[in-house]
Amino acid sequence: MAEKTLIEAIREALDEEMARDERVFITGTDIGPRGGVFLATQGLYAKYGPTRIIDSPLSESSIVGVGIGAAMNGMRPVCEIQFADFIHPAYNQIVNEAARMFYRSGGQYCVPMVIRCPYGGGMGGGLYHSQSVEATFAHVPGLKVVIPSNPHDAKGLLKSAIRDDNPVLFLEPKKGYRAIKGEVPAGDYTEPLGKAKVTRQGQDITVYAYGMMHFYCQQAAEAVARAGISVELVDLRTLNPLDKETVLASFKKTGKALIVYEDNRFLGYGAEIAALLCEEAFEHMDAPIMRLAGPDVPAVPYSRPLQDWFMPDVHRIAEAMRKLVAY
Amino acid sequence: MLEFDTADVRNRNSHALEAPSPAALPATPSPECLREMYEVMVRSRRLDERCWLLHRQGRIGFHISGIGHEAAQVGVAFAMRRGYDFLHPYYRDLAMVIALGMSMRDVLLGSFGKQGDPSSGGRQMPNHYCYKPANILSISSPVSTQLPQAAGVALAEKLKGGDRVTVTCIGEGATSEGDFHEALDWAGVHKLPLVVVVENNEYAISVPMRLQMAIERVADRAAAYGIRGVSVDGLDVFASYAAAKEAIERARAGEGTTLLEVRVVRITPHSSDDNDSTYRSPEEKAHVRAQDPLPRFQKQLLEMGVLTPATIAEIEQCAQAEVNDALHYAESAPYPPVTWAMGPVFAE
Ligand SMILES: Cc1ncc(C[n+]2csc(CCOP(=O)(O)OP(=O)(O)O)c2C)c(N)n1
Repeated sequence: MAEKTLIEAIREALDEEMARDERVFITGTDIGPRGGVFLATQGLYAKYGPTRIIDSPLSESSIVGVGIGAAMNGMRPVCEIQFADFIHPAYNQIVNEAARMFYRSGGQYCVPMVIRCPYGGGMGGGLYHSQSVEATFAHVPGLKVVIPSNPHDAKGLLKSAIRDDNPVLFLEPKKGYRAIKGEVPAGDYTEPLGKAKVTRQGQDITVYAYGMMHFYCQQAAEAVARAGISVELVDLRTLNPLDKETVLASFKKTGKALIVYEDNRFLGYGAEIAALLCEEAFEHMDAPIMRLAGPDVPAVPYSRPLQDWFMPDVHRIAEAMRKLVAY
Repeated sequence: MLEFDTADVRNRNSHALEAPSPAALPATPSPECLREMYEVMVRSRRLDERCWLLHRQGRIGFHISGIGHEAAQVGVAFAMRRGYDFLHPYYRDLAMVIALGMSMRDVLLGSFGKQGDPSSGGRQMPNHYCYKPANILSISSPVSTQLPQAAGVALAEKLKGGDRVTVTCIGEGATSEGDFHEALDWAGVHKLPLVVVVENNEYAISVPMRLQMAIERVADRAAAYGIRGVSVDGLDVFASYAAAKEAIERARAGEGTTLLEVRVVRITPHSSDDNDSTYRSPEEKAHVRAQDPLPRFQKQLLEMGVLTPATIAEIEQCAQAEVNDALHYAESAPYPPVTWAMGPVFAE
């Protein structure tokens, strides 16, 4: 197996799916000869040409709207929104249109579309190139929200997303594009949507995370293991629909939960996990459920120390783990 | 009641390519066709009027009218290959969807929110049409959202090498939304097989056109996107048909998108929730009523000998009987079971 970066795995999934199914086409800004600003589509234009790799006008609402229409006419569009920060003009098309189409048409029309979108901070992107939007969209019935945390899963999950008959928001932790590397099998395989994965077995506490934070949590778990703390780590992978079974099973084992996310803390994804554990596993609870998340300021500031203040990091995660285990 | 056929889900969006009528459309509709157009107009009108009555009687919750728009809609619909081309409609397109194959029963099931409403199974408000058998795509309430989607349908058709044309309709007020402009931009860049019909009734609820845009003709906007713009008298079936026919034929021949403005009148208030006397004078309302396209078309057809007083009476009678039947059918239909509200939300 070859070691690949997260972005390479994503590119490989796109390439293989386009080769496999001629209904798949990609649109978005700068995704053509430029290959995308993060190079997710690098080389694909040369291979598939302008009718399958379509540079769109700079217009997020219509990138998604056109995708919806094309999906309803039998295609499988993959739409790229350049940064999560710029997804908001498309909010209406995603939430009011794509996510509701199947339900509102009584099942007459579905929208098999993927919206790929780099998100998250830590890259010096300031307020408008660092945002985490997962909670906003995970709240929406009818829209699947997927976040890979490693190259292997990224490839398998993206393939599943493209083959799914529903609109899928595929959020990619952009800080991990090159930072996260791992083994990626050559050729075709999929990872199921709606399934979390226990990525580290442990006894003392359960830590729930996704995306870049999952990557940091692995390192933090490694660090506290040297002090004898046994962390069980759950990579959520799909935020909607949530794999409640895996989430609950791990909590029932350890009785202690920490949820780590870089989105704003208030009404963030951690709140849903915490509520689920309270409602359905109360009798297993052995400590207050803890959240480590981004603070409730608009987004990640640009200046280096301010950014560092915002972002949960390995050190802070390890500290939260120690605190929880000591409760 | 619509069933969720999950076995067929992979083909859910693959539209049946029914044999289109091979013959080119005539420049002027045949007498039979004209009579059919008139029938659709009368049926739409009588159903529309009954819906207002039903709303005032408290029997249905909402209605939004196509009264005054029928000539334009019939003109456009009859220039389409029905059941083959796509329609991404808007809420005033009653005559249009009837022309394309929705029945009065279908429409009233939606008005009552009854089981079997083909548009949404009672999930959406009335007049949010969707009917897959006639290639009518599903619309929501936020205006203009269907425009980029229609561009996408047309783009897919082009990518697939098919020749179905996508027709989408919208009011002139909704052309102020960003989605309208974004969609026309795509249409121009990709020369899409698309016809954007703007049914210009000069009001967006209460806001008159002069406060909506600083131009005289919506069609003038086309130039900015490199597409064709045409403005016609949408109270005239013949003019609407001829303009739509040309636009659709051009689209089918690969000559790109037309922005077709059909100038119509809104004879009713905006919707059953609106009181238009707060912004329209009685004189203005009388003036608008005097432009009713239905008597105008009737007069033309009488003069042409397509209709006679006897056939007019017969068509009226049939329309009324059909309304009565549909009303009885829809009112006595059951409500959907509550489980229908639960989903499915996702295609399995
Ligand atoms: C995005 C959005 N904003 C506001 C509304 C409320 N609304 C419904 S119809 C309408 C007026 C539309 O006018 P126009 O496009 O001219 O069409 P008409 O109703 O006159 O046929 C408004 C403001 C809406 N449905 N969607």
